[in-house]
Amino acid sequence: MDARSETELAPTTNRTTTERTSDRELVVTRTFNAPARIVFEAWTTPELFKRWWVPKSLGVSLHSCELDARTGGTYRLVFGDDAATQMEFFGRYIEVIPHSRIVWTNDEGGEGGPVTTVTFEEKAGQTMLVIHDLYPSKEAADDGAGSLDGMPETLDQLDELLVSLGATAARS
Amino acid sequence: MVQYSSGRLDVSFAALSDATRRGVLERLGRADASITDLADTFHMTLTGMKKHVGVLEHAGFVTTEKVGRVRTCKLGPRRLDEETAWIERYRELWASRLDELDKIVEELKQKEIVNGRKKRD
Repeated sequence: MDARSETELAPTTNRTTTERTSDRELVVTRTFNAPARIVFEAWTTPELFKRWWVPKSLGVSLHSCELDARTGGTYRLVFGDDAATQMEFFGRYIEVIPHSRIVWTNDEGGEGGPVTTVTFEEKAGQTMLVIHDLYPSKEAADDGAGSLDGMPETLDQLDELLVSLGATAARS
Repeated sequence: MVQYSSGRLDVSFAALSDATRRGVLERLGRADASITDLADTFHMTLTGMKKHVGVLEHAGFVTTEKVGRVRTCKLGPRRLDEETAWIERYRELWASRLDELDKIVEELKQKEIVNGRKKRD
């Protein structure tokens, strides 16, 4: 490791930043203390991917996870163990460049789904990860950003939030 | 599901999508300022700054008051809470997701180091 005089302590935990960069775009960034090929591997290997994509705090299980992570390949994620309430997320990999870039569609929601671009930029043994969601319209982005991938629990929370926002807007 | 208050959010996000305007809010958070002050601070023309302030005023983030020849700007009744709460949900998901990813990445890195040692031995 290079000895940089960072004022931030705890170099092992890097910060996640989230920004709505335009009406139609949401960008998440995070740096990892590992080379790009390792971070890339965790995004493209189903056994690894399923261990982190659904944080425990969401309270939903990832029932199955199929990733054919190559240009033109498809993916399919199924959430929930109960067949009646399962939710599916699927799409196509538009572009996969090993250790550098993954672009995919989110087709479960029809036309409103974003195109997600993930880039891995390695510098001095660290990898800067940028996740960029581009929605077809700002309405879809309003919806999508709040829906947090459409997880049932968070959708409920979103609804509560939106209702309270609506109430606030109506009052003022 | 979109309609709730998305019109209002649109105006807010448009207002906040510009770095200068966010800077102006931050500046006004510290103290009220005239348009001239703000134009100086951000190295802009008065006309340019008037436009930015107009957008912030329209979104309710800023109010202005003209006293004599000076127009003073202050933070408006509207706060950032709604927007922050909304984007915060998104950030939370990604932060916890990427924390988990970080663990996996560390694990893979360690494994690689161990394997590398084995190969050398």
